[in-house]
Order: sequence, then structure tokens, then C-alpha cells
Amino acid sequence: MADLVKKATRESYGEALAELGDKYENLYVLDADLAGATKTGIFKKKFPDRHIDCGIAEANMMGIAAGLSTTGKIPFASSFAMFAAGRAYEIVRNSIGYPHLNVKIGATHAGISVGEDGASHQCNEDIALMRTIPGMTVINPADDVEARAAVEAAILHDGPVYIRFGRLAVPIFHDKDTYKFEIGKGEQLTDGTDVTVIATGLMVYEAIKAAEELKKDGISARVINIHTIKPLDKELVVKAAKETGLIVTAEEHSVIGGLGSAVCDAVCDECPVKVVKIGVNDVFGHSGPAADLLKEFGLCSENIVATVKKALAEK
Amino acid sequence: MDELLKKQLQITACKVRMGIIEGVYNAKSGHPGGSLSIADTLTYLYFAKMNVYPDNPKLPERDRFVLSKGHTAPALYSVLANRGFFPVEELKTLRHIGARLQGHPDMKHIPGVDMSTGSLGQGISAACGMALSAKLSSYTYKVYAILGDGEIEEGQVWEAAMFAAHNKLDNLVAVVDNNGLQIDGKISDVCSPYPITDKFAAFGWHVITMDAHDFDSIEKAFNEAETVVNQPVVIVQTSTKGKGVSFMENQVSWHGTAPNTEQYEQAMSELKAQLAELEAN
Repeated sequence: MADLVKKATRESYGEALAELGDKYENLYVLDADLAGATKTGIFKKKFPDRHIDCGIAEANMMGIAAGLSTTGKIPFASSFAMFAAGRAYEIVRNSIGYPHLNVKIGATHAGISVGEDGASHQCNEDIALMRTIPGMTVINPADDVEARAAVEAAILHDGPVYIRFGRLAVPIFHDKDTYKFEIGKGEQLTDGTDVTVIATGLMVYEAIKAAEELKKDGISARVINIHTIKPLDKELVVKAAKETGLIVTAEEHSVIGGLGSAVCDAVCDECPVKVVKIGVNDVFGHSGPAADLLKEFGLCSENIVATVKKALAEK
Repeated sequence: MDELLKKQLQITACKVRMGIIEGVYNAKSGHPGGSLSIADTLTYLYFAKMNVYPDNPKLPERDRFVLSKGHTAPALYSVLANRGFFPVEELKTLRHIGARLQGHPDMKHIPGVDMSTGSLGQGISAACGMALSAKLSSYTYKVYAILGDGEIEEGQVWEAAMFAAHNKLDNLVAVVDNNGLQIDGKISDVCSPYPITDKFAAFGWHVITMDAHDFDSIEKAFNEAETVVNQPVVIVQTSTKGKGVSFMENQVSWHGTAPNTEQYEQAMSELKAQLAELEAN
């Protein structure tokens, strides 16, 4: 594959907010002393009066966002996934989710690709936590183009939205001129008949690479990008289950409660097929360069290829 | 305070207390003690202070109220019903299946409720968000919130306290209902939040104290609050948990217990006697 330009989706997040700030005057951005890292500093520079730094107090920040939203403002509460979804979970559930307020949560530094900061900051549980909240939309963009589109879609969506962004630069494989993003609609990237690889976030590009490898061995893999984990595009998932009879999910998240679990929930209802989950296997991460960690934890195209082959052999 | 207004407020507060007992009795559960301790303050806010519009509860110009100590919803519901947001008769449906009156305030379904609360420590943050929004957009509404004295043991309250002072939210008035009791006993025994006034002062708030069951004191405190600029205001009110029902007063056991039929009748007869006396004089 040709070398693609890489960019971290957290940067896409900050740039998209700054860009959309002109168009949406009721857009406000909140941060908890991490504006530099979440990249909302880009928005702050352009719209200082619409950026609110809440200090190192994520629980209060979520409540502030809730209060702002009751008056018609659209707040993006930003922090690392660990603190936005983890520390502030109960505030997100009770002060935002329960009253179904129009608050957007921009959670950066999700997953193991946080790298050197280690397990305390590598949040592999946020999707699981957020998708249990009734009415919460959960989005995990795969690249820059999708991340920017997701930010605007979240603004236009009435209700709470959790968007997950990464620290690591990842290849931009979508075409910004033609890509159409719709909340709740998966994207089928390749056709295939032997197996379906359903991926989310930075694992989508790994799935595309894996499908190309598998093709060389005569294996026809369908690749589906699920950017919206909730509400899940059940129709697309069930169709894939029916047509390929085998699903491998791939996510930079715990195998408990994330994309893999959501896919299992969907297929066990309507078309129970074998689902093999690739993700973080109920362990904590540790410090190290992101690229090395992704390989070590099997979050790479090589592991997708191996997993697919093994599952097909057992089919 | 004007004597006629005071009398009207005392009468209304008595009716609000009757609504609290009615609700909790019919629910067979709920929190009467802390509801009764804030009945006078809520009555003052909704009948003498806040700009509210029962026929148009979500009017953007309205003043906001957040019951951060959300478990005392029976008091909020009773004051809203008595103010005309919904029928007083509906108070009997508190906590029933299919009812709007949820165990804790639910802004999605109950007219006049500005924020869903119940999990302690969270309402004050939302109130700060509402006050900040007014500052950002030059709206003139005010935001009032009531917190429990036990509630301020929650760390989030102090995150909010820091935020409110930092952002100079002088359009925010928080009331701490200092009735001295929480579920496990006296707040001074459980995990003392005292000295409450000094803590808020240290966090940069303008601190006022008042007697929660004296409308002269209540009016004086809220009037002083209006004169404060560049600082959020906290009114620490000394109150009696269970106020107005003799056997509930200062009894921690009435924090979250509903009266049985006999107790209900005694409570209502006491309140009816208080009402009759107020109306006679």
C-alpha cells in the first residue's frame, strides 16, 4: 500500500473544533488542564472566550457542561479517556446521561497507544463504560477525515455523544472530499465472502492491511469499519454474519464490553455465528512506545491475519 | 419583612410541609426530615424571590433552581405544586409506577425542575454551569441551589466551589442546609464538614448565615446575597431536620423513613393545627 499521511485523531479533534467554531456560535469547549494534550488549545487560541478551563477537576467539568447545555450551549468536555469516561463516569451517567443533555465528550488518549505513560493512563474500558449509559452515542473514529466528520455530526446530533480520540498518529485512508459520515451507519470497506473483520478506531486500517494479506492467500475478507459503536449498525453486522459466517472483531479496547461485545450482542440475537475478538485481553498495559505496545498486545494486521486463518481452519 | 407577606409565606410553608408528608406517606418511602428542614427556604424562593413561570416553566429568562440535595425532592415537588406547576393532588403519586414524580428530581418529566439530581455533590456543578452560561452570554437570570450539610462531604462540591469563585459567579447563590444530621448520625460524628462557613470563605465565597425557619432572617440573607459582586454567595442556614412535625424534629431516624398511617395522621393533624392558628391570627 502506498504510504499515507499520518495524523493523530486528537489533532483532528482540536482542529475541527477550531474550524467549526465559526459556523456554530453556541459551541463551547471545556478542558481539565489538558488543553495542550487534547489539542483543544487550538480552539482556545481562536476562541478564548468560548474555552473554559475547569482545572484538574473532571467531575465538576462534566457538571459544568451539563449546566451549560441546559441553557442551549453545546459544550465539548475534553480530557483523557481515562478521566472523562473513568473518573467522571458517574457524573456522565447521572448529570448528562439520565437527563439526556446535549453534552459532547471529547476523550483523547484512549487505549494502549497512549504509550509511555503506562497503564494508569491507558484507558481500555471507556467504550464499555459509555455504551452502558442509555441514550449515549459512542463514536470511535478511525482517521483524521472520520474524526473531523464525527465532531460535526456530534454537534448536529441532539443528545449526549462520547467521541474517542487517539494520541498516536495514524494513516489517513478516507478521502475527505467523498467520505460521508453518518452516526450509526457502519462502512463496508471491502467486499468478502469467507470472513468479516469488523474493526473500529486505529484497528480499521490494520484490518484493511490484513485483508490485502489474506487476499494473497486466496482468503476473501470483508472489512467493516464501525465508527459508531452505539447505536450499532446491526443491519450491516447481521448481514455480514449471514453472508460470511465468521466474524473477527478488532479494537484497541478491552475484549470485555467494547466493539466485540456489541457485535456479539447483535449477532447472537439474529444470526449466531462464531465471533473471535481481538482486543486487550483483560489485562493492564504498561509503558513503552505505542507502536511496540500495539504489536505486543496483538493490535496489528499480523495478528488479524493469524486470527482469521486460525478461525477459518476451525470453521 | 412585610407582616402580611410573612404571614402568607408561613401559611404557604405549612401547606408545603403538608404536601411533603402527603407525598412521602403515599410513597411509603422517601426523605421527610431534610425536606421539612428546607421547606421555608424553598417557599421563600418560589413565592417571594425567584422569577418563575408556572405556565411556561422553561422560559429562558427564568431564574434557575437546582436541588443538589436531590433526595429532598418531596419538598421541591410540594413547593412546585403549590406554586402552580402541577396539581397538588399529584403529590400523592410520588414514587409510584407511571408517575412523573420520581424518587429524585427528574428535569425531563417534571414541570419546573431545572436539573436532574439525586447523586450528591453533582447539582452544584450544574448550577455553576448555568450561572457561567449567563455570564458568558450576558443573561440576567440568577441561579439558586440547595446543598445538604452532609452532601458537602463530597469532593465534587469543593471542585465546584473553587470553580465558582474563580469564575466570579456572583449570579449564583448556594444554600447549605445545616440541620446537623446525615444518615449515619450527626455530621460532626460521621466525618465533620465543620467549620462550614470558614471553608467556603477560604474557597473565595461570600458567606452569609441565616435562621432557616425565620422569614425575616431568610429575606435579609437573600437580600444581602443580591448586593454581592464578583463572588459567589453561600448562605449557611441553621435548620431543624424534620421541622414542623414534633416527633420528626432532630431525629436522624426520619432522614429516609416514611410515616405509617398513625404517624401520618399525627403529622397532618399537627400541621393542620399550625395552619389553623396561622389563618386565625
